[in-house]
Amino acid sequence: MSSIPENVRYTETHEWVRKDGDRYLVGLTDHAQHEMGEIVMAELPEVGAEATKGDAMGGLEAVKTAEDFFSPLDGEVVAVNEELEANPSLINEEPFEGGWLFAVKASDDSQYDGLLTAEEYKIHIGE
Amino acid sequence: MNKKTPLYEKHVSLEATIQPFAGYLMPIKYGAIKKEHMAVRESVGAFDLTHMGEFRVTGTDATAFLDKLLTNDAAVKNGKAYYSTMCYPDGGIVDDLIVYRIGDQEYLMVVNAANLDKDWAWVQSHLQGFDIKVVNESDDTALVAIQGPRAQEVCVKLTDSDLDSIGYYEHTTGKFAGVDALIARTGYTGEDGFEIYMKYPDAVTVWDSVMEAGKEFGIIPVGLGARDTLRLEVGYPLYGNDIDHSTTPIEAKLGWVVKLKTDKPFIAREVLEQQKAEKPGRYLAGMEVTGRGIPRHGTPLYSGDRKVGIVTSGTIAPALGKAVCLGYVERGFQKRGSELEAEVRGKRISVKVVKLPFYTQGSRK
Repeated sequence: MSSIPENVRYTETHEWVRKDGDRYLVGLTDHAQHEMGEIVMAELPEVGAEATKGDAMGGLEAVKTAEDFFSPLDGEVVAVNEELEANPSLINEEPFEGGWLFAVKASDDSQYDGLLTAEEYKIHIGE
Repeated sequence: MNKKTPLYEKHVSLEATIQPFAGYLMPIKYGAIKKEHMAVRESVGAFDLTHMGEFRVTGTDATAFLDKLLTNDAAVKNGKAYYSTMCYPDGGIVDDLIVYRIGDQEYLMVVNAANLDKDWAWVQSHLQGFDIKVVNESDDTALVAIQGPRAQEVCVKLTDSDLDSIGYYEHTTGKFAGVDALIARTGYTGEDGFEIYMKYPDAVTVWDSVMEAGKEFGIIPVGLGARDTLRLEVGYPLYGNDIDHSTTPIEAKLGWVVKLKTDKPFIAREVLEQQKAEKPGRYLAGMEVTGRGIPRHGTPLYSGDRKVGIVTSGTIAPALGKAVCLGYVERGFQKRGSELEAEVRGKRISVKVVKLPFYTQGSRK
């Protein structure tokens, strides 16, 4: 069983989103990191890049697979997790904490409320 | 319905990630692929490779038959093995395989699991005119590989056979963990190691004995995931990725297993002879990734704006800490130092052709 904390929202593409002051942190869910296996490289967006809900913001390389990740919200990328450059396995080890990917300043906060709840995400992944 | 190897329950109890592969439920990994990979590079790991196919060829024409079917020369001494390709008349590859010479008139062909049915049909269609018998022993032959610099220290505890006298690509038959086995110093990892062939009912005994004997060396089970990264790190081609019907051994830089020096008329000989003389339009090359990203099977390769090749396998190389790939490039670009670009997720990343193997510190003897 994957860890599916209730204090974050989810996307169907397996990102989690957490409100963090006036920005939102975005990461990969525990379920998704487990499916991908050991992540060995994280290609992150540029700070200042425009974020469009549903658009690919970067990619993750695991030993056997590669997956893009997507912005859950419209807005602007205001920070990226630079720790991942040296230590991409943080995404596997602490998907909801040290393994966050990027932070977005949303242009429409109401989009957050439209994201999946933990309960809905659980159903989405069939757990 | 996928088949289970006799070690399936072992894999389940080890909580392996199990997936269907070539008609078998096979362990892909038991924990982390990188950890399994490094265990084989640094100490020793054990693999269940029972999915591989085994055909036993016996009879007065056994050597002549293999010399017709395969591109490499079957005239090796008893107790030796050889690697070969098996080609279609057009030079495309049916499969690549290891052949063990058991006796004057007996060989064991070990073929890729994914090609088993195709290979069997191919072998059957060429029997005419040869005084031989070919038996498909795949369904009751298990294979356990023990690979890594400490493999011999593990195996020596389990057999009375003199392992020191078995060189690389040599084998013997004898007792291993108390059961009848073919004991071969072969493998697909770039490390020293043994491949042990036995009958299905003996597989659990062998597996348990190997794990017990290997305990002091930190032996761990290794899945097909690390098998793939291990072989790629030493530049060994994988059928279905790097070689197939659309590629020839000359293009794949496997010319060393195409024996043109003999006068034996094997299938595709003329075509391959001509291709070697005229030089093919493309070659398989090994590339190190100098940019960020991992090119994978199907990733296009560019020189400037021109597409000059395609990646056939790519991975992070755990023992090297960088990404590497194999791919076909137009003749000229296969030269060492050639700088190309791979298009990964819409972005160009730099790759550079290097000498194979990527990893050169292997313990292979």
